[in-house]
Amino acid sequence: MSHILRIENLHVSVNDKPILRGVNLVIKFGETHALMGPNGSGKSTLGLAIAGHPNYQITEGSIWLDDVNLTELEADERSRAGIFMAFQRPVAIPGVKMADFLRHAATNVRRPDRKEGEDLIAMREFRKELKGKMEQLKMDPEFARRYVNDGFSGGEMKRAEILTMAMLSPKFSILDETDSGLDADAVRLASASIAEIGRDKMGLLIITHHDKLLEHNPPQFTHVMLGGRIVETGGAELARQLHDHGYDRIRKAYPDAEAANQQMLAKEEPLAV
Amino acid sequence: MSTDTSTNETIGEINKYDFRTESKAVFKARKGLDAQIVEQISEMKNEPAWMREFRLKSLEIFHSKPMPKWGGSIDVDFQDIFYYLKPTDKQGRTWEDVPQEIKDTFDKLGIPEAEKKFLAGVKAQFESEVVYGSLKEDLVQQGVIFTDTDTAVREHPDLLREYFGTIIPPNDNKFAALNSAVWSGGSFIYVPKGVKIDFPLQAYFRINAENMGQFERTLIIVDEGASIHYVEGCTAPMYSSESLHSAVVEIICKRGSRCRYTTIQNWANNIYNLVTKRAVAYADATMEWVDGNLGSKLTMKYPAVYMLEPGARGEILSIAFASAGQHQDAGAKLVHAAPHTTGQIISKSISKNGGRASYRGLVRVEKDARKSKSNVVCDALILDSKSQSDTYPYIEILDQDVSIGHEASVSRIGEEQLFYLMSRGLSEAEASTMIVNGFIEPLVKELPMEYAVEMNRLIQLQMEGSVG
Ligand SMILES: Nc1ncnc2c1ncn2[C@@H]1O[C@H](COP(=O)(O)OP(=O)(O)OP(=O)(O)O)[C@@H](O)[C@H]1O
Ligand SMILES: [Mg+2]
Repeated sequence: MSHILRIENLHVSVNDKPILRGVNLVIKFGETHALMGPNGSGKSTLGLAIAGHPNYQITEGSIWLDDVNLTELEADERSRAGIFMAFQRPVAIPGVKMADFLRHAATNVRRPDRKEGEDLIAMREFRKELKGKMEQLKMDPEFARRYVNDGFSGGEMKRAEILTMAMLSPKFSILDETDSGLDADAVRLASASIAEIGRDKMGLLIITHHDKLLEHNPPQFTHVMLGGRIVETGGAELARQLHDHGYDRIRKAYPDAEAANQQMLAKEEPLAV
Repeated sequence: MSTDTSTNETIGEINKYDFRTESKAVFKARKGLDAQIVEQISEMKNEPAWMREFRLKSLEIFHSKPMPKWGGSIDVDFQDIFYYLKPTDKQGRTWEDVPQEIKDTFDKLGIPEAEKKFLAGVKAQFESEVVYGSLKEDLVQQGVIFTDTDTAVREHPDLLREYFGTIIPPNDNKFAALNSAVWSGGSFIYVPKGVKIDFPLQAYFRINAENMGQFERTLIIVDEGASIHYVEGCTAPMYSSESLHSAVVEIICKRGSRCRYTTIQNWANNIYNLVTKRAVAYADATMEWVDGNLGSKLTMKYPAVYMLEPGARGEILSIAFASAGQHQDAGAKLVHAAPHTTGQIISKSISKNGGRASYRGLVRVEKDARKSKSNVVCDALILDSKSQSDTYPYIEILDQDVSIGHEASVSRIGEEQLFYLMSRGLSEAEASTMIVNGFIEPLVKELPMEYAVEMNRLIQLQMEGSVG
């Protein structure tokens, strides 16, 4: 399989506030890319813009999956086209069981032309598959009957996202801090699971502040984001260097981007409580 | 409302669709409401004098009471209604005569064939007659009475008279008075001491065209230590020739008994659905109402439990779905009239497309009902900015030593929830439906399996806007 995700000169605003200012990035199917950068530099924003969150307005540039212009598609169509994002903060859907949710999701993604109301994947077949995937991820079968992200611990939420990725087998996955909020054992398990499910089987864009996930999934490319731009790209050693020494060097080397980053943080509205 | 008098031969519920039947001339009272009509109804039914008196007295009460000033606005011309249509006889219509439109709706809902035919008023070759036959025999052996209320007046006069109108007397409210004057049909159930019926007893098994009438009257007596789960109504849209449906349901739960009464109703959009439902629960008895309301122009319905002796429990679960042109004013009423009684109300409402869903509930704790506990949870989900939800919780506490909880929440379908589901491949419509189904899940899981499935499908149809 050869697929390419191509992001060209992407500018994104939220509530008319510019966040991304010209991001260029090419990911090939089977590659692993790390996306690093200080808080508030725009990493999640890039992921959400690719996934099609309606509040993230693309003001310039484009996102291509092979020859499909994703910016013209709604979030569900992008998902059916093969894009997946494991969210930094997954949303709870009370009353909806994981199994029902996953059955709908998997049916739609596997049959992109399915009309609403048409049959879902056969129950027996689906259950078997789900059970298998949950065993692989060392998840309690009871989990399938819980309501989507409702009352999940931080660790459970992240594992549920990995399970979803496993069920949907996307062409490209953006993993947004899928290792945060996990204890040491859980990080190891999550990292190994991602390697098993995703590595070489899709294109991976891994957003992380830690090194464990990248140890299990050594990236061919590491990108550093600052002030809404990718300011540097290197190999696996860049990720290690940033992890060990922080972003001081980057901030100094790219004063314009650093200024933009500071400006974004400063302009943040105070949170309403 | 339909005022077309050329559809004489049709059965009340469905003549909106102008079914042609080949019935012989059957009795039909003229339009309007007066003593003569009421007497005629009573005469047609060959009723004893006491019932005729009861009806006539109720009519007076009806006339003397003003229209309720709260709830929704009711615009009904009481003189422009047929109060009694005797159902056609055996050779009535067949399944082939049922309009395709109705059959299609039934198919969409996936309603069992037997129920479909019943709903369409097709009496011939009703398949579940056989099912019901053997079921009935079993019940009869245990002394259970399960019949329609008209028959009960004739066949079980003493038992019926002892309780009829005692829980909801005619002067309770204007519409209870109206029902008392012109009632017809409904279920009469008696479960003897200690008899536990372990399957849900479904109204549609009882093949009687009067069952789904405009003014049905149901009376259920659950004797000491007995238990029953009664399921009434159905999820198919109910078509009515008249714009007014006004039922009365009275339930008596004696010491240590248990009764659950499940209703799911989906009315056509022209209907005023004004129903009085009340149960009394004696020592250690449990009464549960599970009440789902969809469709109608206005529904006003507040199932009540009066807990009269220590240890009594009352639980009310209610779901309301209001769409364009609909007002659901639904709720619940719990009266703690004895110490150590426990009550719970869970209400979920959904409004969409300009619909309005109101929760109206009362919890009253009488003086000396010490150590009583009551909990109310009402959640509203509003699907768009055109729609409305309001809550009117009333709490009256006359004793200090009690514990009462109340939680209310109103939410809109969250953008974040929609995006989350859509990012997993669900279309926007599918995602909204899933969120709504999740919202009512705590109630739906209390329904018998087949009703739960129908309820979910019905919500889906409501979400698509293809029903009602
Ligand atoms: N929905 C939103 N509403 C308002 N501001 C937003 C929104 N999303 C992002 N931003 C702003 O955009 C900037 C970039 O945020 P983003 O979440 O993309 O950063 P990040 O690199 O993922 O940071 P972190 O490492 O803390 O997760 C921040 O200033 C943030 O406040
Ligand atoms: Mg982030």
